[in-house]
Amino acid sequence: MQVQRTPKRYDVCIIGSGASGGTAAKVLTEGGLNVALLEAGPPIVPARDYKEHVWPYELPHRGAGVGAGARQGAGDEFMAPNGAWEIEGEPYVAAPGSRFRWFRSRIVGGRTNHWGRIALRMAPVDFKVRTHDGMGDDWPVSYDDVAPYYDKVESFIGVFGTKENIPSAPDGIFLPPPRPRCTETIIKKACDRLSILCVPSRLAILTKPLNGRPACHNCAQCGRGCITASNFSSSQVMIPPAEKTGRLTMITGAMARELVVGKDGKVAAVSYIDKATRTEQRIHARAFVVAGSACESARLLLNSKSTLFPDGLANSSGVVGRNLMDTVGSDGGGYFPQLEKMPAHNHDGVGGMHMYLPWWKFDRKNDFLRGYHTEFGGGRGMPGVSDFDDLCDDYEGYGVGLKREAKKKYGTYIGFAGRGEMIPNENCYCEIDPAAVDQWGIPVLRFHWKWSDNEIKMAKDMQETYRQIVEAAGGVYLTKTSPDGPHPYGIADGGVIIHEVGTVRMGEHAATSALNGYCQAHDVKNLFVTDGACFVTNADKNPTLTIMALTWRASEYLLDEAKKGNLGA
Amino acid sequence: MSITRRDILKSLTLTAMSGSVLRVIPLEAAEMAHRMVKAEKAAANQVYAPKFFSAHAYKMLQSLCQTIIPADEEAKGAIEAGAPEFIDLITSENKEYQVMLGGGLMWLDNTCIDRYGNAYLDCTAAQQKEILDLIAYRKNAKSDPALGQGIEFFGWLRKLTADGFFTSEIGISYLGYIGNTFVAEFPGCPPVPE
Repeated sequence: MQVQRTPKRYDVCIIGSGASGGTAAKVLTEGGLNVALLEAGPPIVPARDYKEHVWPYELPHRGAGVGAGARQGAGDEFMAPNGAWEIEGEPYVAAPGSRFRWFRSRIVGGRTNHWGRIALRMAPVDFKVRTHDGMGDDWPVSYDDVAPYYDKVESFIGVFGTKENIPSAPDGIFLPPPRPRCTETIIKKACDRLSILCVPSRLAILTKPLNGRPACHNCAQCGRGCITASNFSSSQVMIPPAEKTGRLTMITGAMARELVVGKDGKVAAVSYIDKATRTEQRIHARAFVVAGSACESARLLLNSKSTLFPDGLANSSGVVGRNLMDTVGSDGGGYFPQLEKMPAHNHDGVGGMHMYLPWWKFDRKNDFLRGYHTEFGGGRGMPGVSDFDDLCDDYEGYGVGLKREAKKKYGTYIGFAGRGEMIPNENCYCEIDPAAVDQWGIPVLRFHWKWSDNEIKMAKDMQETYRQIVEAAGGVYLTKTSPDGPHPYGIADGGVIIHEVGTVRMGEHAATSALNGYCQAHDVKNLFVTDGACFVTNADKNPTLTIMALTWRASEYLLDEAKKGNLGA
Repeated sequence: MSITRRDILKSLTLTAMSGSVLRVIPLEAAEMAHRMVKAEKAAANQVYAPKFFSAHAYKMLQSLCQTIIPADEEAKGAIEAGAPEFIDLITSENKEYQVMLGGGLMWLDNTCIDRYGNAYLDCTAAQQKEILDLIAYRKNAKSDPALGQGIEFFGWLRKLTADGFFTSEIGISYLGYIGNTFVAEFPGCPPVPE
């Protein structure tokens, strides 16, 4: 193999084009820097890749995919090409005794093409957990440091919501929320009776036109890709303004392999595999922003070993790969007889929940530390393959009776998804597998995972709460979980909620963290890690909004450093 | 209007490629593209030739699908909804389904020959009802373990028939799903009956 060197030197090279990489590309190019953006996947082309407004019967497989693959856990045909649990030729390993799933999106925009657009701010207390309850560590930044950047992100991408003054769920800059669906009015009523908070949700979907993007047209299909760009994705919202500056060079199909360090101890280049030609290429830059997603970024640092950095780049503390966190997830659902009587009506709305349950027990002592929020939804959605499995199992039989039962029960279910904070523990981490490489020759990750009691108690509380709510609403709770077994109280396996963070964490001290509060490596001043890897804790807030706010802040700092000449010539 | 789908897709691609600030296309163009896809599909309508099942097995499949979800005064049944075509297509691509459904149909024929001296389709309506009533309920495996395989087969066929029926235009309209369209402002919930 021939190593080719590109003579050009950029101001900044960003690795990854998702929530973090896209934000960095926008802020840095608009700040006047020349940026190369590496993305491991192909470009996304809405006109080709999006399946908005298609009916199942317009597709030969009715949306289930070849061989009804969607029934076996593959993505359905409707989804935009936005990620997968398994990528051919790019394996990862779970250590014996550990179960961990890793969802990766190899495409411009990364996992912002896939996420639920749930855009929640972390609360002041979420940044100072150790001060509050003695567990884990405080962040080197406070809510007040990050709040101006939450403002900037929300104003630019558009988030709907309402001002509620809830200490666990700070208000932001909000567009008006959509009206509640029937399922939401029923749950809201029950929650009011139980003194559980239930408020309009906060999603990065436009309910009014903003910055040239039209308002959402309420087809409920964000996951299929939004041809009007009314929901947020990095590919449709962050990358285009960066391209418009003329200072962005996008390089797709580029799998970063190693950050190459110069004699001065700074990163000089990134070495990547050009997937199309299977050749090794290099990009030189004055500074590097690593934003490949938490585990991918840790992998790149751990694979960047040199005499100066024998344990991996920016890893003198040994924390790279450690403190891996996901979100505590446990789901439940119920049947609501009153929904049988609803007349047929359009129940679609935006692509996600119009209301949600923020953490409400912050004012009392609970069986566990920290908290969770709850997402919920159901009702009269577009029928899809496997939607009627439970009905078939319950009713059995056949004929007109089965047909009528399906009609009667259609749209009468509401599901709940608890999303809670996990406290990092020494049993959850990723490292380089000693044996395996991917098809590009790059050593792969091996994951270790074990939930602690705090998370399991939280999952138990979720199950008890959802039963209470369903019963208070006059429904029947259908979910059965057990305290034992591989999934106590329905707790999902590590990685399944797709909120991995913490693997290159920031902190005050170089001995116990890899980055400072600006996502800049303690050990390597021209290296920034801006994705979820930099998180110190994983609050019950979905991480994407915070990733963008922290990246925006880090990018402004980087611009400032560049102006001062601190990045070198 | 003489604009073609190709023109629209081309213009969409150009918008995306020409470095416009936002990769946004007008709502009208998007909706028209969707409608044209639908019209093309309708024009291509033709008689279905099974990809996996033999002529005999496919006839059986059609009969079973229509028995599982028959036509009634409210809506047509599984055959009109295209359920057998859907099941044949996914089975042709899935080895597990080939064994489960292909083998299941043979199990049903074999069992009917043992019990009634005729293959399923040659049995009387009463005999067909009798065997289906046995394999349609899991509890029957307790009194007669020899029904276990039939019950497993029928359970799967019921789910796949429901898939095929309820994802069809007929099935979706029967359920009363309204949506998948442009709604400028979401109207919220009509009053919920107590």
